Amino acid sequence: MRFRRLKDFLASRLMLSATVFSTLLVILIAVGLYFKSRPILSVQPLSKLLFSSSWHPLNGEFGLSSFLLGTLWVTGVAMIIAIPLCLLTSIYLAEYAPRRVRGIVKPMIDLLAGIPSVVYGLFGILLIVPLTKSIASAFGSTTNGYNVLSGGIVLAMMVFPVIIAISTEVIESVPYGMREASLALGSTKWQATKLVVSRGALPGLIAAIVLGFTRAFGETMAVLMVVGNVAKAPSSVFDPAYPLPALIANNYGEMMSVPLYGSALLFAALVLLVVVFLFSLVARTILLRVERGYQVG
Amino acid sequence: MDRRSLEEKLFKVLMIASTLIVVGSLFALFSAIVLKGAPALSLSMITQTPQGGYYLGKGGGVLNAIVGSLYLGIGATILALLIALPVALFLQKDYIGRSRFATITRLSLDVLWGVPSIVYGAFGFIIMVYLGIRASLLGGIIVLMLLELPIMIRALDEVVRRVPQELKDESYAMGATRLETTIKVVFRQILPGAVTGVLLAFGRGIGDAASILFTTGYTDRLPHSLFDPVASLPLAVFFQLGTPFPEVQQRAYASAVILLVIVLLLSIISRLLTRRFTKYVIR
Amino acid sequence: MTLLKPYISVEGLNVSYGKCPALQNITMQIPEKQITVIIGPSGCGKTTLLKCLNRLIDLTEGVKLSGRVFVDGVDIYSSRGVDPAQIRRKMGFLSQRPFPLPMSIYDNVAYGLRLNGLKDKLKVDAVVEHHLKLVGLWEEVRHRLKSPAWNLSAGQQQRLCLARSLAVEPEAILGDEPTSALDPMSSQRIEKIFLELKSQYTIVVVTHILRQAKRLADYVIFLYLGKLIEHGPARSIFENPKEPATQAYIRGEIS
Repeated sequence: MRFRRLKDFLASRLMLSATVFSTLLVILIAVGLYFKSRPILSVQPLSKLLFSSSWHPLNGEFGLSSFLLGTLWVTGVAMIIAIPLCLLTSIYLAEYAPRRVRGIVKPMIDLLAGIPSVVYGLFGILLIVPLTKSIASAFGSTTNGYNVLSGGIVLAMMVFPVIIAISTEVIESVPYGMREASLALGSTKWQATKLVVSRGALPGLIAAIVLGFTRAFGETMAVLMVVGNVAKAPSSVFDPAYPLPALIANNYGEMMSVPLYGSALLFAALVLLVVVFLFSLVARTILLRVERGYQVG
Repeated sequence: MDRRSLEEKLFKVLMIASTLIVVGSLFALFSAIVLKGAPALSLSMITQTPQGGYYLGKGGGVLNAIVGSLYLGIGATILALLIALPVALFLQKDYIGRSRFATITRLSLDVLWGVPSIVYGAFGFIIMVYLGIRASLLGGIIVLMLLELPIMIRALDEVVRRVPQELKDESYAMGATRLETTIKVVFRQILPGAVTGVLLAFGRGIGDAASILFTTGYTDRLPHSLFDPVASLPLAVFFQLGTPFPEVQQRAYASAVILLVIVLLLSIISRLLTRRFTKYVIR
Repeated sequence: MTLLKPYISVEGLNVSYGKCPALQNITMQIPEKQITVIIGPSGCGKTTLLKCLNRLIDLTEGVKLSGRVFVDGVDIYSSRGVDPAQIRRKMGFLSQRPFPLPMSIYDNVAYGLRLNGLKDKLKVDAVVEHHLKLVGLWEEVRHRLKSPAWNLSAGQQQRLCLARSLAVEPEAILGDEPTSALDPMSSQRIEKIFLELKSQYTIVVVTHILRQAKRLADYVIFLYLGKLIEHGPARSIFENPKEPATQAYIRGEIS
């Protein structure tokens, strides 16, 4: 018996170390990136790094604002496309779709989640880039197709599975009795969905959207391949942009040759980390409140 | 009354349209890639490494990338599993369950889940420089392991949580230790879900490019040692696409098809295995 | 006691979930403006029967239904011209566990009114107040009408659900074991309200508590294993049950 207890004790100590490691990992990454950002932070004020738009590494200028704006533009377009589509699809799957349809569609959407980033990029080049070209000409603008809109559309596709999976689950978990209550008062199914279920599921839906935003914000490869990579803040969806992750990915080679370049890029990575951290915190807090019983029952 | 039913009909149409768009985009993606890549897909693509002048249009294949990706993926997944499983088990009520520690852990795992792969790549790069490792198979495995870790922990955690406490209590009532209960009861229960989780993480690891961009390097040869750079399918796609030769660009699409096939296979295998293992799960 | 005019009339109702029959050939009538109690052991189809009366059964997947249910003379399952939403508005429904809607107390009661297009704030205020008073909640919540409904106790929530149902001026109230999730005091209050309301509304209550049935019932329907065994005025059922199954149930031998 002693031996068994010893094994149990050792095992739980091992598990503890693994868990501590996993918990500390975020901090490790943050600290590591911060240390490597120190060189540039000591030379340039934070405000200049974040808000200046002049990016001339050879002259020692590392203003990140055009990249930050580029990221926001692309992510924004992606969310504008994704949110209505995903919410409508989730409601359909959770409330209206016949069981068979649900059984086929859900795995398909999960499949979207597994497709590698580069493949999305290829698809973007094949179909989306020409698409935005024609859309632009219909609006009277010209573009070679590598622009914010292309990036946004591809990004939206990548974000579909995340938002839909969480939203569907949240809507399904609204207690049945609530729908019954609404219907028993004489509402139609749609009114029940619109007025009651969506209210009950709201926090979870917000969390899903925030998580989708987080995923979109940091996505690198696919966007890089279709967004144009021009270091100027876009002024329309038909302009090219240069999101932050693409900046880091594209300029890795130069990191070693130009002084402070590496530090600037790693600082950019730190910025990404901080944003993701904040958004994840928000989403998880909302979801925790939902679990604890914001809803009735 | 008419306005109500009009609204309902309108939204029903919108909902179905949305679903069709979402599912349709999946089909569009598959068809586009397969149609463009299938012509260039030949046996030599899968069985040969790039011969001289491959990137100029001459012969060879992407075997280096296929094998490289498999090594990277398997290595990273195994390492990640070694850490993820204990963590997922530790998060049970039996160990630290509802404590503050568990909440903090889950929170940081959430953040890790959202960390972009490029940041993992950057961090991995820092570590490698610090340890003196250069861009290599080892570097890639380390970075991919970090990337896969939160995904795997989350998936395993969800399955472990579903194990009914009564089942475990019965084991404890017979005098078993937590470790024994875990191995004898929990493992069997979580098997199907765990398989899915592991394969999910594996698929993510194999498909990622941003994190291995500067930590793995690239080479035309098959992997020889842990400390040599290694090729990978995502990067193979990327580099082949970047050449000015249409034949090589076509091969990029073919490599993408290979990647898609792998992802599809993983999905199908995980579903099949889940169904098979669910026989052993107690409801 | 003479049987008054029936408000609901069921003819040959058969309900099955997939292959399992839940209700077999039910034919019965529910008298107007009285309290009818449906009793029987658990799982015998009482809830199913209740949900058939206001077509709430439509929500359940895989249900096959045949037969006719007349509410106030209209067959609610006839294939033409019947709007389930209208039917349901005629009948308030209380479920086993109180389900306040995810909104404020005020909005809960006002929900049904707004569904029907009532927008005048003063009128809505008046209706809300009136019905909260009716269920005895007004004094308890008047100062926090805008606070979320889920912060109320279970007993208060169930009374709120009752107020909500009454606000749309139904003709009947259906209760599916409405006090089973409540403490004895709250249960008592709900029972008292039912007794007060029966002069204006037809009330149908499902319960598995025999004592509650005896307290409330004017008319009793006994269901066993999906079949209608016996029905009649309360006194004759409780004091003089004719069927052996009924006798066994009243005596407490089956539950």
